[in-house]
Parts: sequence; structure tokens; C-alpha cells
Amino acid sequence: MDRAQLIDSLTQIKNELIKVEKTNDSRFYLVCESQNACKISNFIFETLGCRFVIATAIDSEQYYEVLYHFSHDQTGTVLTVKALIRDRENPSVESLGQFIPGVLWIEREMHDLMGIEFRNHPDMRRLILADDWPEGVYPLRKKPKNEKDS
Amino acid sequence: MKKTVNINKPVLPVGPFHPLQEEMEFFQLTVDGETVTDIDVRISYNHRGMEGIAETLQFDQVPYLVSRICGICSASHPLAYVQAVEEFAGITPPDRALYVRTIINELERIHSHILWAGLAGHFIGYDTVFMWAWKYREPVLDLLEEITGNRNNYGNVKVGGCREDIPDELKPKIIAEMDKLEKKVEMLTKAVLDDPVLHARLKGVGILTKEDAIRYCVTGPTARASGVAIDVRRDDPYAAYGQLDWNVIAQPEGDVFAKAVVRLLETLESAKMIKEAVVKLPKGPIAVEVREIPAGEGCGRAEAPRGETFHYVRSDGGNRPVRHKMRAPSFVNVPSFKASCLGGNISDVTITLAAVDPCYSCTERLAVVNDRTGKVLHDYESLLKLSREKTEKIRKELL
Repeated sequence: MDRAQLIDSLTQIKNELIKVEKTNDSRFYLVCESQNACKISNFIFETLGCRFVIATAIDSEQYYEVLYHFSHDQTGTVLTVKALIRDRENPSVESLGQFIPGVLWIEREMHDLMGIEFRNHPDMRRLILADDWPEGVYPLRKKPKNEKDS
Repeated sequence: MKKTVNINKPVLPVGPFHPLQEEMEFFQLTVDGETVTDIDVRISYNHRGMEGIAETLQFDQVPYLVSRICGICSASHPLAYVQAVEEFAGITPPDRALYVRTIINELERIHSHILWAGLAGHFIGYDTVFMWAWKYREPVLDLLEEITGNRNNYGNVKVGGCREDIPDELKPKIIAEMDKLEKKVEMLTKAVLDDPVLHARLKGVGILTKEDAIRYCVTGPTARASGVAIDVRRDDPYAAYGQLDWNVIAQPEGDVFAKAVVRLLETLESAKMIKEAVVKLPKGPIAVEVREIPAGEGCGRAEAPRGETFHYVRSDGGNRPVRHKMRAPSFVNVPSFKASCLGGNISDVTITLAAVDPCYSCTERLAVVNDRTGKVLHDYESLLKLSREKTEKIRKELL
């Protein structure tokens, strides 16, 4: 499969996507609502045979974003599924752990540091934070503008 | 946190200091007799919060931070970061900088792989290999010091190019050292490949199957030794890798022996690549001037000695990244222990864990405790002894 075919095949999931952003020839960002992220990732991992690289959680003020970075190694392309979580009170997204065991650690990390719930994750224990770290304090969330570091 | 203990399943805590490399990591092995039936890994005893720190630094300060993620991968992390920034900022470094980056990164791979070979030898009772390997590694560190000023934490890449150049008068020395190194590594490789004891000790031990390698998304020599021939240097060429003649080394077996072979042969490829890059080193400047980093997002990746290093950087047009995600290869390689250790023997655990070359340093403390009595069955010394005794036993049987 060459890169053009890879990108063409994304039309199979076009109903789940908001848009596809291309930043250069080998980097594509697939923007979607959070409820579609699992289905899209499943297509990319199982059907296109991409390798899961890592996920990034971002606090971008209006919403939380979870970016699942996938690598298509035959073509050197990075496909990033950008899931927008609009519910800022209880941010949650379906876990990819059921079909990618390699995702379990980073989902635990994002849960610790950004407070995002991964539904149906088999093992949601803390990975990064200590056991005695206070509940509900998430180090990588942005602080409100009027709150300064103590 | 409440913990349920099944008294019929003894649990062996290994850590919180990693038994082989010097950093904190906690393995909890559930055993049935001497067979490992489950493994739980706990990390982050020494989390340094670098992703948070990166958001407080300016774009040109971040390379010095990320080079300190790991003393050994201190060329590949900054390289992945600057490539992410150069990607969305539209900066193309000069050709000479790309070659210098390649040479530094390959020198790093050589010293890391040789270091691993030495440690692996030490843990199965081949201390001669340990002494040899570390002796051969020394001139590589000297070269790095001559080029960048440091044996580790080179701080040589910056957005737009490199900080230190390779002077012309150093070229013959680099080539001569690589020639010498090739001979030594060839000798070491041959010694490993021809040794019946090593075959018996390492073959079929700690197997990570190709399916598991794909499921666990492992990278680097861990993946390549399981028949997954991925290498960012070839798949998504960066620096000067696209212009050099080299091969991706892969082995299908997935055991510890295959991982050793992959690393040793890769070392030879790296030496070959460095010689070619030194000869081809283009003339010209080593950096372009960078005035402003625009808003945008980029993914940078580099093949570190242990696998793909991945950095995601987002900028809002200010002078600091608003988000910087760093992923070291060990973050995906370590969870694969769950696939490679199960069903194995306790005496194989140390070398199986070491075979992935997990990225932490070593306070050499490890305890195997019987959960029922709380009695310490093995500590670091005795587990090491167990591993070495097995080698010795095989040697006696064979010879």
C-alpha cells in the first residue's frame, strides 16, 4: 500500500471524521468527536495495520483533546486521531485497550496526569502518581488564569 | 490501596530498583514453583515531570532538557524534538548539519549497544564479555567528547541545525576508530554466535512472538528481533539516513539470543554508516538562523538505540511549547514483559528483562520474597547467582 492508497482508504471512515488536516506529506491529523475515536482507531490499527506509537492528552481550554498517534511504517506516515472531548466536567473516552495492549500504560498515564476517564479500561490503577497523591488533582491540566503557582 | 493476596500464588517482588539497570522500577512476579505465571510492572518512582517543565521553557532551551531524559539517548531525544519543531516551523537545516546529526546518533547507538552487550554478558556470568565490551566502548565516548565536548548529554542539536561541527582534522581519527571497532565487534559477534553455551543459555528464552510484538507496539531491536522489521531511519528517513547505504537488521526468533544478534550486527551497520557519512560530509554551515517559531503542531521521531523516540510539540505562536509529549521507546517495550516473561523460569527473568535494554540505571537491588512467609528467598546477589549457575550448568553439560 502506498501513501496515496492509505489516504484514500480513509474515505471508509469519513462519516466518523470532522475533518482531515494535512500538515505535510507524511503527517495527517484525523479530527473527530471523542465517541468516534475508538472506532476510527480500530480501523487504523486492525484494517490499515498501523502501529500505535503513543497518545497525547491536551488541555486546550474549550475541550480536552486526546491524540492517538499511529505510524504506518511501510510508508513512513504518521496518522494522528485527534479526539475532541467537549465535556469538561467529566472528560471520558472509550479505551483502546481491548484491541491494543500497548495502549494500556499511556491511558493510565493520561488518567493520572490529565484526569481523563478511559471507559472499559481493564486496569485503571495509577501509573505515574504516587498512591498518596490527592484525588482530583491533575498535574498537566492548565491552571485557571487567575490562579498562580504556589 | 487495598491489595488482595492469594496465598496459593507466591508473589516475587523485583524492585523497586531494577535489577540490572540503575533505576527504580518494580516488578512483581507471581510464580508457580519456579515458573513465572504473571508479572506486574510499576514505574514512576522517580518521575521528573519533564512534559510539564518543557511547557515552561523556551523553544531553544528544550533540547537541553530532553537530552537529560536519558544519559544514553541524549542525542535522539533532542533530535526528535527539533525535528518536530522544524516540521511545523518549516525550517530546513543545512546538509552538513544533517550529516553531523547522523554521525552523533550512530556513535550513540554504538556505545549503547556495546554497553548492553557487556551488561548482558555480566548477568549470565560472562564477565570477560563485560570487560571487553566496556573497553571497546571507551574510544566511542572519547570521539563524542571530541566532537561535542561531552561524553554524554551532548547538547549538540538545536532548532535549525547543530551547535558543534566536526572539524576536518578529526575525520581520519573517526574512520580509524571505526575500523578498529569493527574488528573488535566482529570478533565479539563471532564469539557469541559460535558459543554453544550461549546458544543453550539464550535461545528460546524470553520469546516475544511477532504477534505479541505487533500487539504491544514494541519498537527498535525488541521489535526487529521478533521479525518486525521496522526502523524509523529507513521508514521515515530523517537527518542523512536516506542518503547512506545500510541495512535494517531483523531476526525472526524473538528470543534473547536474537536480540543480542540484532544489536551486535546493528553496531557494525552503524560503524559502516559513520564511515560513509564522514567521507560524504558536505561543506557549508551547520545551522540556519531561526527568528520565530510559528503556531502549529509537529511529530518528530528518531530511532534511538532502544527504538523509536517520538516527540509531539504544539505551539500557539508564543515562545514556549503549549504541549510537548515525549515518548521514550522503553515506555512501549517494557509492558511487553507481560508477553515475554510468562511461562519462563525465574533464573531467566533477569536476562529477559535485560534483553529489552530498558532505559534506567542500576542500584542493583532485587528481592524475591515468598508471599506466604514474607521470607526473602532471593536478593539481587542470589538471583544473579542463579542466572550464572544455570549458564555454568549448561556449560558443564555441553563440554
